[in-house]
Amino acid sequence: MALRKDAWLWVLGILAFAGILVAGYLALIYAPPAEGFVGQAEPAQRIFYFHVPAAWTGFLAFSVTFVASIAYLWKGGRKWDILAACSAEIGLVFTTMVVVTGPIWAKPTWGVWWTWSDPKLVTAAILWLIYFGYIMLRRMVEDDARRARFSAVLGIIGFVDVPIVFGAARWWGQSVAHPIVVSGGGFDVAPKMLTALMFSLAVFTVMYVVILTLRVRTERLADEVDALKERE
Amino acid sequence: MGFLRKVAAVAWKDLRAEWRTREVFSAMFVFALLIIIIFNFALELRAENARVLVPGILWVAFTFSGMLGLNRSFIQEKDRGSLEGLLLCPVDRSAIYLGKMLANSALMALVAVFILPVSFVLFNLSFGALPMIVVVTALGTVGFAGVGTLFSAMAVNTRAREVMLPLLLFPVAVPLIIAAVKLTAGIMDGVPGAELARWWQLLVGFDAIFFTLSFMTFDYVIEE
Amino acid sequence: MIQVRGLTKAFGPKKVLRGIDLDVAPGEFLTLVGPNGAGKTTFLRILATLSRATGGDALIGGVSVAEHPAQVRRNIGLVSHRTLLYDDLTAVENLQFYGRMYDVPHLDARIEEVLRQVDLYFRRHDPVRTYSRGMQQRLSIARAILHDPQVMLMDEPYTGLDVQATAMLRTVLQSLAASGRTVVMTTHDLELGLDVADRVAILSGGKIGFQAAARDISIHEFRRVYAEQTAG
Repeated sequence: MALRKDAWLWVLGILAFAGILVAGYLALIYAPPAEGFVGQAEPAQRIFYFHVPAAWTGFLAFSVTFVASIAYLWKGGRKWDILAACSAEIGLVFTTMVVVTGPIWAKPTWGVWWTWSDPKLVTAAILWLIYFGYIMLRRMVEDDARRARFSAVLGIIGFVDVPIVFGAARWWGQSVAHPIVVSGGGFDVAPKMLTALMFSLAVFTVMYVVILTLRVRTERLADEVDALKERE
Repeated sequence: MGFLRKVAAVAWKDLRAEWRTREVFSAMFVFALLIIIIFNFALELRAENARVLVPGILWVAFTFSGMLGLNRSFIQEKDRGSLEGLLLCPVDRSAIYLGKMLANSALMALVAVFILPVSFVLFNLSFGALPMIVVVTALGTVGFAGVGTLFSAMAVNTRAREVMLPLLLFPVAVPLIIAAVKLTAGIMDGVPGAELARWWQLLVGFDAIFFTLSFMTFDYVIEE
Repeated sequence: MIQVRGLTKAFGPKKVLRGIDLDVAPGEFLTLVGPNGAGKTTFLRILATLSRATGGDALIGGVSVAEHPAQVRRNIGLVSHRTLLYDDLTAVENLQFYGRMYDVPHLDARIEEVLRQVDLYFRRHDPVRTYSRGMQQRLSIARAILHDPQVMLMDEPYTGLDVQATAMLRTVLQSLAASGRTVVMTTHDLELGLDVADRVAILSGGKIGFQAAARDISIHEFRRVYAEQTAG
């Protein structure tokens, strides 16, 4: 990375790295214990500061994939395909974090590792499967143009499905006291907790942007290498 | 009018060719039947109230055997090269989609026609619930075939074609399956219609949304 | 009838066709020869609108293949080394299906006509599965001329045929040539290719390396030029 041209990227990257350390402090020490959590559930609750931002960032990543997919089908152009694919990869990583931290939080809090009664867990799991399918699809198609088109179609259909899955899951089971941060209920979010959460969210978003930029560049370089190989 | 004629021609061709050998239908039917029987057998030995699980078992049977049918129809076309014959014709690609979707739905429906009575007998259910369940099955089948036809057209062009379809289709079809199972259970238990309204909405809504999306994007998937 | 200008096709970084310029006059029979992998099938598929070129264009009957593929399809018939037939259906059923897809008027009469033309009328109610390779090839041709296209594209039609079937195909091709249709045939059999054609061309290295009127060149000379062209 050229230093002057990519100054912004370096700055963001360093900020993100430092930000993670700060976010860790905020989450583990700065934020007060949440009311209503006892025993082991109390420290486990602090995963919330990573679990929730991971979920939102994953969703952001898939939204980018959605928009890029539409752009690809509408206008064409490898750059949209690259954007969609890289964003989906990163989204899958964040969603994996969600699906892993969820049970870690759930076990001491609700007594179970997993439940299908909770719409957010269900949606996260299905989301993971859809985008895992997306990645596998890309791996299994050899022709570049076809791979791009297939992924774009899946990127659109998968994304439209997500709110429907959420709605269906919500109607399906009674929510098992999964805290709903935004609309209140569950546990109260004290101001300090909100600070920690918002900071974490900002850090995750910056991380996403940095990783996405680097990943997209790697793909473009790979394309260039392929083109050079062909010329010989 | 020409469009609908061509849709009918595609669907009719698929069904007629299938009727000659009945290979796909037999495989689907036997598979669904085995699932029903095995569950009936396994649950009889353990659970007191196996009936509670019947809606779920039914839909496992329908979706798994449905996928078998979806897979085979496109794989046959691709292997024989006849898919290209279709693409050569001066016909809207969405007509091909509609025709195949109708044929797939018909096959799935035909399997259900046999499987439903058999299940009712095996699980000792009252036949009063059957008519409404037929409606649910019809709607669920159409929705499943709607997005399934699109995905199987994709899957057949990938390296791991048998595995790809379930991997793509099941997660996306989750709301459909939830609605279908809830409705089947509700009807069997005599739940009042008002409580089931939301599930009907979900089922019909899913069908409409994903049929439209599949119809619109099929072009991109089927062309080279 | 057919004008090809600067047609290129790349699969990802791999360039298969590197700028094809070709003209085929109405009623002309052109044989295109070239080694395996030269791009003959790719070229024909682009003309048949089954594949999209990455650059350049072709006009068939004045209609652009890239811009109005649906219109082009009415006017072309493709015979490939795959039969494009449904094995479990009878000859009549196959032709009925295609006839409906092409909006062929007076379908039943037309089906009888083409079946007699390829001498398959007596086996018309037998499933295609029971046909020999040569018979399947003839039915394939019947399918291709069913909608009376002005242009016939034939991709290695002699593949897999025995001596008898080859002789029969030759007769059919001659009658096609005499019918005033424009025919483009690809083959790697130089002798058979030169035999029926009005003009021959060599496709090698993604470009047309050589063209000549068939009557102006002997088979020996043709072989020599071919060896030259494909050596590099």
